[in-house]
Amino acid sequence: MELVNQHVKGIMEECKLRAMDHGLKFDDETLEYIVTNRDMIELSPKVMIPTLYDYWVHDVRVISGKGMYEAYPSNPYETVINTRPAISFYNDNNPDWLNVMIFYHVLAHIDFFQNNLFYKNTWDIDLTGQALSDKRLIAKLRSEKGRWLDYTIEFARGIDNIVGYHKELNLHLLTESKQRLNRTDFYFDIFLQKIKNVSHNEYLKEITRYNENLNTKEDFFSLVISKYPEFEELYRRELLIKHKSDLDIMEYIIRNSPFLKEDENEWMKSVIQIVRNTSIYFQPQIRTKIMNEGWASYWHDYLFMRDNRICGHEVDYAKVNAGVTSMPKVGLNPYALGMRLFQHIKDMEDRGCYSFDYFLLKDQIGKKKFDQNKNTGAEYILKIRENFNDFTFINSFIDQDFVTEHNLFVAGKRFNNARMSIEYYIQSKKSEDYKKMIVDTLYHPPEISVDISRTKNGILYLNHKFENKPLKVDFIENTMIGIEYLWGGPVHLETSEPALAGKTATNYANFWDPSSQQTEEKKPEPIRWKRMLYIMENRKLHKREL
Amino acid sequence: MITLDELLEKDRRREEDGFKRKIRIGRIVKPGAGGKGKIIIVPTTVEEKFVHDEINLDQKPGEGESTGGTGEGEEGDVIGEQPVRPQEGEEGEEGPGEGPGQGEGSDHELESNAYELGKVLSQDFQLPNLKDKGKKRTLARYIYDLTDKNRGVGQVLDKKATLKRIVETNITLGNIPDPGNIDLTKFIISPQDLVYRILSREKDFESQALVFFLRDYSGSMSGKVTQTVVSQHVMLYSWLLYQYDKQVETRFILHDTEAKEVTDFYKYYSYKVAGGTKVFTAFKLVNDIVERENLARDYNIYVFHGTDGDDWDKDGKQTLVEIEKMLTYVSRIGISIVEHSYVGSKQTEVEKYLKTSGILTKHSNLLKMDVLNENADDSRIIQGIKSLIS
Repeated sequence: MELVNQHVKGIMEECKLRAMDHGLKFDDETLEYIVTNRDMIELSPKVMIPTLYDYWVHDVRVISGKGMYEAYPSNPYETVINTRPAISFYNDNNPDWLNVMIFYHVLAHIDFFQNNLFYKNTWDIDLTGQALSDKRLIAKLRSEKGRWLDYTIEFARGIDNIVGYHKELNLHLLTESKQRLNRTDFYFDIFLQKIKNVSHNEYLKEITRYNENLNTKEDFFSLVISKYPEFEELYRRELLIKHKSDLDIMEYIIRNSPFLKEDENEWMKSVIQIVRNTSIYFQPQIRTKIMNEGWASYWHDYLFMRDNRICGHEVDYAKVNAGVTSMPKVGLNPYALGMRLFQHIKDMEDRGCYSFDYFLLKDQIGKKKFDQNKNTGAEYILKIRENFNDFTFINSFIDQDFVTEHNLFVAGKRFNNARMSIEYYIQSKKSEDYKKMIVDTLYHPPEISVDISRTKNGILYLNHKFENKPLKVDFIENTMIGIEYLWGGPVHLETSEPALAGKTATNYANFWDPSSQQTEEKKPEPIRWKRMLYIMENRKLHKREL
Repeated sequence: MITLDELLEKDRRREEDGFKRKIRIGRIVKPGAGGKGKIIIVPTTVEEKFVHDEINLDQKPGEGESTGGTGEGEEGDVIGEQPVRPQEGEEGEEGPGEGPGQGEGSDHELESNAYELGKVLSQDFQLPNLKDKGKKRTLARYIYDLTDKNRGVGQVLDKKATLKRIVETNITLGNIPDPGNIDLTKFIISPQDLVYRILSREKDFESQALVFFLRDYSGSMSGKVTQTVVSQHVMLYSWLLYQYDKQVETRFILHDTEAKEVTDFYKYYSYKVAGGTKVFTAFKLVNDIVERENLARDYNIYVFHGTDGDDWDKDGKQTLVEIEKMLTYVSRIGISIVEHSYVGSKQTEVEKYLKTSGILTKHSNLLKMDVLNENADDSRIIQGIKSLIS
């Protein structure tokens, strides 16, 4: 692993100037390294962070990655990691023109990392430095604790996908005063309405009094306290509850596990903390894949097409670009989809289509010809890269115009009884269906939290907020064994499972006599869900219906 | 960098600590031209977490997961199809199969990898070792070793033996007056005193196995079923290779309504055909080969058959006859029936007639059957192997 040479660095610096001219914003300092494909294989299990802590699962991935490389050699163009300064890795065999294109791509990634608000929690951390000190701590603990260190990492990683990333992000986005429930809000929203259940009339009177006090600068709460002496105490208690219920499972275990409180287990807390911090760091990346790749592809195309260094390499570029950004006949390509959506948004905004006038238009021709010459698309997409994540991006901007323009559809797959074949067919060309299909592929871990009111007598009670998706049953046991270990006592998990309505396999074609048509077309019954309780005690899993 | 062995050693320690083992063996087949491939053995593992299940419960029967697509066409248009099982009786074209079957590489590469896999399977997954490898059928082969001694000439001087002889000679000659004070320079050395080791031919007896792998390659075998059968056969082959210390020969037989032998594993793996199914043809072909080449005398013969359980010979009349015949000479017949997931709880034809004939209980030490689902994972496949070879 070595830095790129001066010539290549010169190309990069040139690219930076042009990218900035078009509105991209990023730190001036970046580091570019040449790596071999072997380096890449060894880095990828560590999410490309060279200084990430060692763990045997990474080793398994490296060994199998090498096997995979032997069978299917590949040559990745680039990888960027979200650090300050941003670090990117390249192969050393790229011609200059290709480097120009790749650097534009990389710079757009860096721009995305450093401007998208979902990354705010990563902006002030020196990741490589942090990771290095974590790595050293883990190595030290491993030399003392042996394989129990690895078990601790394993069990912590078992719950590192349900970390409170959004809460953490909130802390960075909101100022201190906004984070806490303030006294006024508590008084009007909770105290009066929920605790005291006052009448409308009285409620409105209090509001009027509050507004008057604003003008007279009198202390509004002095009267409140004299009227309700318990107010301050209730407010304090509410803050405490609010604060506590915000903890994710990992934090809750770190703070409250009786097992970790024992002196000889104290060290595990720092291990869990490291795993949690690492996970939180990568949360934004998982949730902005389509946008991030789309953004980078949009800009490498936009900038390189306007760069004189493309001269003579137009065909080469077309080939490379098509390889990265073509839409597959069946399947999804986040680069291609994200890029087209950004192009679509820019075009729509340039024509002023995000407006009521356009919305009111009913005829296709009129829509096509609609143009207010706003030409604000460029700034508009910069705003979008700042404020959206994959879900909001897809949910807000995939419209029928986009789906129709690019001939997109939802491809279905079905068993054809008569022809004994699997057919691929166009299931829907409606934007709503297409949007739903994409949204279903987005990262969405289950929402599982500690139910504090039921966590007692040494039992950790976890509650899965059900969103019509059951948990993967095979994984429950081992995950809960890990939680039980870290908690040091029984763990309960409440979740939902389908009450099997007896969907039999015979719904398929009759294998022995394919010609026989199934006469009765069974109507699919709506799924009924039942609440289940999984109980993990002494490394044994039981379950019962609630 | 940590090695596979170290990883497996660590994994074994988990059981002592009361946790389940986590490393499983995965295979990657390196594709290439010309029908030859190379199997690469890699470890795999799963990090369990609470995650949403991917299953789609609202799906209509017979529908698969939907995905994105691009192109011309109207809703409802079929844009492509993939045959599950072409029309019965239709003369099928033999062609390379889908999946990672095709590939290039030398047989040796497969063998060395398979031996490693066999070692891993035997040592780490506790597949039993063969107790009796069949004493009567042994192979005489010669190895050359420097074990014989010769005086005067030879390849390597045996210094210790030579010195002994020299001392002996000199004692006889009375050349050593005082054993407490020997003067080496006065020693008389006869050419006959020099003892050499010479290269010699040694007879080495080893048992040797011959394995017949039989696979149904009819139209219905498309997809996962074939992969599961082949996975199990690869592991069986690897295990035998290790057990017999590489003294294993293999023959590969494919059948639909007719059986034929193919020359190597890659063809065995990758061929598919669009035909019907007559299981007995494969067993008959094995019987013919064994008789014609008089193999029963020299080899421990193993026959493994993989099928989806479909057979036109619904009562297995012809098949059972061939199996009975085979049972007179084999060390083991193992039949794996990999059921399509749409079979449900219904028994397949092969399973049915094997059970009703009572042949499984009558020859329970020679004939084994394993019924598994097409979605079986590695651990289930290995468990199946245990029952096939137990």
